[in-house]
Amino acid sequence: MTLKKVALNDIHEKLGAKMVPFAGYNMPVRYSSDKEEHLAVRNSVGIFDVSHMGEFMLEGPEALSLIQRVTSNDASKLEVGQAQYTCLPNEDGGIVDDLLVYKMAEEKYMLVVNASNIEKDWNWLTKYNTNGVKMENISDSMSLFAVQGPKATQALQSLTATNLDDIKFYTFVVGEFAGTPNVIISATGYTGAGGFEIYVDNQYAGQVWSAIMEAGQEQDIKPIGLGARDTLRLEMGFCLYGNDIDDTTSPHEAGLGWITKYTKEFTNWQNLKQQKEEGIKRKLVGFLMEDKGIPRQGYDIRNEAGETIGQVTSGTLSPLLNIGIGLGYVSKVYSKSETTIYIAVRNKILKAVVKKLPLI
Amino acid sequence: MNFPEELKYTKDHEWVRIEGDTITIGITSFAQQELGDIVYVEVETVDEEIGQGEVFGTVEAVKTVSDLFMPVSGTITSFNEALEASPEIINEDPYGKGWMIQATISDKSELDELISAAEYQELVG
Repeated sequence: MTLKKVALNDIHEKLGAKMVPFAGYNMPVRYSSDKEEHLAVRNSVGIFDVSHMGEFMLEGPEALSLIQRVTSNDASKLEVGQAQYTCLPNEDGGIVDDLLVYKMAEEKYMLVVNASNIEKDWNWLTKYNTNGVKMENISDSMSLFAVQGPKATQALQSLTATNLDDIKFYTFVVGEFAGTPNVIISATGYTGAGGFEIYVDNQYAGQVWSAIMEAGQEQDIKPIGLGARDTLRLEMGFCLYGNDIDDTTSPHEAGLGWITKYTKEFTNWQNLKQQKEEGIKRKLVGFLMEDKGIPRQGYDIRNEAGETIGQVTSGTLSPLLNIGIGLGYVSKVYSKSETTIYIAVRNKILKAVVKKLPLI
Repeated sequence: MNFPEELKYTKDHEWVRIEGDTITIGITSFAQQELGDIVYVEVETVDEEIGQGEVFGTVEAVKTVSDLFMPVSGTITSFNEALEASPEIINEDPYGKGWMIQATISDKSELDELISAAEYQELVG
């Protein structure tokens, strides 16, 4: 398979990024240092090119009904200009993907999906689209920049007449930005640091990227790679599809009960509702290492008696805390905050403690 | 990228400084750059004899963990303890202060299998 390139591939290479294959795309994983990039976002502002993400437009009188039937959250609550985090449950108790739903207009929605799942999600939606909703996959023509950090508003305000302070969390506006029409400015993100996600047509991507880099000079804006994107989301305890959630994990097990609403019928809702009522057997938890060591995906989680009680699904060194942190599934009895657990890090058993999310 | 002429190299991205029967081992500038910020080095094999190609420790970056392989058979005599508190010196000075272990060579003929700076340069492009 040939690697796809984002519109600004050459810009990233010129900036000295280390490029790696990710979800079929050649993506910048790091420009300078994972730690520096991570801290730039926590303390100031950074820009990520996440144009590998997929975007589908759904339009027509039945668009909402299709979204309601395939997603777990209640999209009927959305007003125009609002976005919602949700997931596509599968028929077997797991998750096809997690995604954002944007209500662009009455009868018009944009779905933003993981790059690795674009084809899978498209086929899934197509299968359920029995009511003639007009679907368009615009992934290949849309660029997406995440501008994240406490100084994001300051960095971007000069580029638009829209008052960025007015864009509340999980809302968006479509307007002129950096001299470019029809840009979606969305107060969303995957870092917990605040900021915006900027959706722009590929033909304007270079112009918008350069404008942001220039406008953010005073805030010392830095380009940020996927490496720091992962450590930032992990400090917050945000799920990563393929690590922490997948075709076999239920929304309730993953702590996504808050986006699973039984106010309507959707794929596998009866079984999921039953699971919620009867109680889950395992749960995704966040944990901090107490002993020195770094948890990694696939390491066993054990109890004091040495029995395996689960597996690490994501792990890293937290650049902010400077200790190992992770997410993993454990048997329900070990899922309470402050429970001591043990991580099998290669040949050692290291002590860790379950913590409420976020981990920082 | 910098690959000092006086050192020998392995295809596993380690460098070896040979002084009589003693060798000093670290990872190359290329390796540290590929790994990114190094946050942890674990070597618990001091005083052990480790065969060529066997694992003598691990190096962890923010995102990855990699095994460290013995370039030639030898008995590990010391570990650079400065790395415990400041593993980032491997990123800053991979051939100097960022050295990892010293060892006494078991079989000098194995040194012939190490590659030169020029050969290593070619390997990593």
